[in-house]
Amino acid sequence: MGNGTDLGRVRGLGASKSGTHHWWMQRVTAAGNLLLVLWFIVSLVRLPGLDYAAVVLWLRQPVAAVPMLLLIVSVFWHFRLGLQVFIEDYVHSEANKLLALLALNFYALAGAAAGVFAVLKIALGA
Amino acid sequence: MASRPSVRPLSPHLSIWKWRVTMFVSILHRATGTALALGAVALFLWWLLAAATGAEAYLVFYTVARGWFGILVGVGLTWVFFQHMCSGLRHLYMDGGSGYELATAKRLATLTLVGSTVLTLVTWAAILTTKGL
Repeated sequence: MGNGTDLGRVRGLGASKSGTHHWWMQRVTAAGNLLLVLWFIVSLVRLPGLDYAAVVLWLRQPVAAVPMLLLIVSVFWHFRLGLQVFIEDYVHSEANKLLALLALNFYALAGAAAGVFAVLKIALGA
Repeated sequence: MASRPSVRPLSPHLSIWKWRVTMFVSILHRATGTALALGAVALFLWWLLAAATGAEAYLVFYTVARGWFGILVGVGLTWVFFQHMCSGLRHLYMDGGSGYELATAKRLATLTLVGSTVLTLVTWAAILTTKGL
């Protein structure tokens, strides 16, 4: 492996066996979002009301709580991938890029954890 | 690539080309995706955490959401979601290698705008007739 040219430095490294993984997971979660968010919108429209009692009663059912958990995983995964590309395209300084990606990972993971906890608390709580 | 000098010429891509519907829908996909990730997701979490906290916390969300500003944001984000969805379906279709002929590409891009607007109107017509806000 040489170190004189850009080609020399990367030759032989391959795609680390994950060259299309980001791209593919963006599509997989897109398909998940399509089904789950449409289900979510239709469900909200069909509820008798959107007040506290109606929403909590709805989320206590497994047929609502389980898709909601899947929706949170699919949506948060999808936007984490999408915003990563956004940051890589527009944040040019290496330090700012690192900080932005760190903030994105914290936002996505903390948000997903909070959402999952909220659904479980309603679904399993007294 | 980091070792290269940074003074390499760039194509004046944004300032020189006439705006087309395909370019507009393309950048709109990124803009709507960002708005959903930062705006809609934050409001979704507020709604869900309020419901998990209790009736009083939910009432704060519910009162804001039912006000004119809440409904305005709701209608806006509904359009943003449907635009991202229609544009995403266009992306998936084009990932298969189809729809690149000029007339088709233009028609598909225009269809995403028509589709998102129609779906938003249908959704809010359903909400307003069944919930009577």
